[in-house]
Amino acid sequence: MADLRESEFRSALKQDTAHPAAQMHYEAMAALPPPRLLPSGDCAITVEFARTIDDAANQRVLALDRTLAETPVDGVTETVPTYRSLLVHYNPLRIGFDALGEKLIALAQHPSARSETRRHWRIPVSYGGEHGIDLEDVARTLKTTPDDIVARHVAGHYRVAMIGFSPGWSYLSGLDKSLTMPRRQNPRLMTPAGTISIGGIQTGIQCVAAPSGWHLLGRTPVRTYQLHRDPIFLLQPGDRVAFFAIDARTFAEQDRAAEAGEIVAELVSE
Amino acid sequence: MSRLVVTSIGPASSVQDGGRHGAQRFGLTTSGSMDRLALAAANTLLGNAPFAAAIEISPFGAAFTARDGAVRVALAGASRSVDIAGRAVAIDSSMTIADGETLSLGFARRGAFSYLAIEGGIAGEEMFGSLSVNARAGLGSPYPRPLQAGDELETRTAGGGSEWRIELPPVPSGPIRVVLGPQDDEFSDDAKALFLDSDWKVSSTSDRMGYRLEGPAIKHLHGHNIVSDGTVDGSIQVPGNGAPIVLMPDRGTTGGYPKIATVITADLGRLAQTQPGTAFRFRAVSMAEAHGEARKFAELLRSLPDRLRPIDKIELNIDALHGVNVAGSAVSAIDIGTWHADTDLLTPD
Repeated sequence: MADLRESEFRSALKQDTAHPAAQMHYEAMAALPPPRLLPSGDCAITVEFARTIDDAANQRVLALDRTLAETPVDGVTETVPTYRSLLVHYNPLRIGFDALGEKLIALAQHPSARSETRRHWRIPVSYGGEHGIDLEDVARTLKTTPDDIVARHVAGHYRVAMIGFSPGWSYLSGLDKSLTMPRRQNPRLMTPAGTISIGGIQTGIQCVAAPSGWHLLGRTPVRTYQLHRDPIFLLQPGDRVAFFAIDARTFAEQDRAAEAGEIVAELVSE
Repeated sequence: MSRLVVTSIGPASSVQDGGRHGAQRFGLTTSGSMDRLALAAANTLLGNAPFAAAIEISPFGAAFTARDGAVRVALAGASRSVDIAGRAVAIDSSMTIADGETLSLGFARRGAFSYLAIEGGIAGEEMFGSLSVNARAGLGSPYPRPLQAGDELETRTAGGGSEWRIELPPVPSGPIRVVLGPQDDEFSDDAKALFLDSDWKVSSTSDRMGYRLEGPAIKHLHGHNIVSDGTVDGSIQVPGNGAPIVLMPDRGTTGGYPKIATVITADLGRLAQTQPGTAFRFRAVSMAEAHGEARKFAELLRSLPDRLRPIDKIELNIDALHGVNVAGSAVSAIDIGTWHADTDLLTPD
């Protein structure tokens, strides 16, 4: 295990930011530095491609995830893609750390040729007012108007980088850099389901009521997680997302429709 | 059918099983029992599958009344006073609650969680292959929330078979073993030494999401924010105030604090059963040692049916029971064949 964690992978890290950020050519991945293998206890390995938020690293994470789905490794029980690493749960009675680590490194260097999801969603958001209680504060902090903040937020082309923490909580990359805001000093103990918020260089769609230290811009009637609906989880990592503004009355109508099981979000392309 | 009625129950007691696996990629955590060995022991006493759903009872007391017939149950986990209609009964054993009688559990004296398994399991609708309660996600059956007084569980009517006890090995008293990482390089050698060489206590603000630890502040090398990555049961994350939190089965599936170490699978239940105020230490082990312990733990789970002993006054011959149709479920409890398939898996596929 020690061998796999030593300097070669450590030094490789420094090159993370040098990756081409645009279209990833999968054939070129074999030339990229291998990921680091970090033990997460005795039943999981964190396969780390970067330490920072980096779309190229995230695409490598999702590529390894797809590869493992297409070429199952005996003993792997579940995979969890995140921004910069793939958490691989395994059964140590079936495969050891070193053997699994070697396989993961090899698969990361020769990932699936299948490209990532081409799904593109348009998601309605009621911005400001009771639905986005931080919109005015954000505008004041960034020395502009609430309308301008909304215009910049709906202009973005976003990508689901990961889904985590609580069910359906979708972390999106692609936020306009001018909307970068430090997280709130005092996180709110509870923020409502459907909250659309920004934090750091990220924006996100929160599905169930949860604590949050991000800034609340609006709410969507879309449920990214809803029991007894097909599909239960709407979004997948890699999906493209755009937002469009709706008024509070439309929100109320769509919220009722969504509660009844309608998807409400528009699937632009598959 | 009989009913088991919750007569009284403390907070944070809920139906839990082996957990909900496969949807962590959508942010849905596993939930599941805090102490897998105790859950499996309680189920084994009744011939249930080892990780079938049972009632996880928090350190507070609880009482259950049988209605419309007798209900056969088994109890394992924390030690506490237990009686049925005033007659004391032992933990780590099966017992039958006669129609109208009440099983009463006192506060946990040692340990924190008890598992009350019900013969034939708990009737409910599985979501993602599990009945475990995850209130935040609206999941769990028959109630998607912690149990409350007045709740009722439909159960099989007890057949009147003999009762069993289970001989478990003594709980080890040594340090809680961890594998360093995944972000141990976010901490200096001094900080890691402080983590490993200090006494820790579980804070009373702990819950099924995480156990907050009281002890010295563990400082980070580069600040306390990392880009969120995946968590597991036993991840020890260190937030800005330097007080470690051990993540438990209701954890967020991802987290943005550096994780200094991870509790090994074999010691998770022991940590979960540690009461607030009790001092303990961590010890770092190699991956080889951790996997050796994981194999021993799996072997212990697999051995549970062999650890059953009849508690009738006459010493029964277990082999003889195979030929006699005394409570079909008791016979299945010692059907080794069905066991090896089930308990091979530490983490369900």
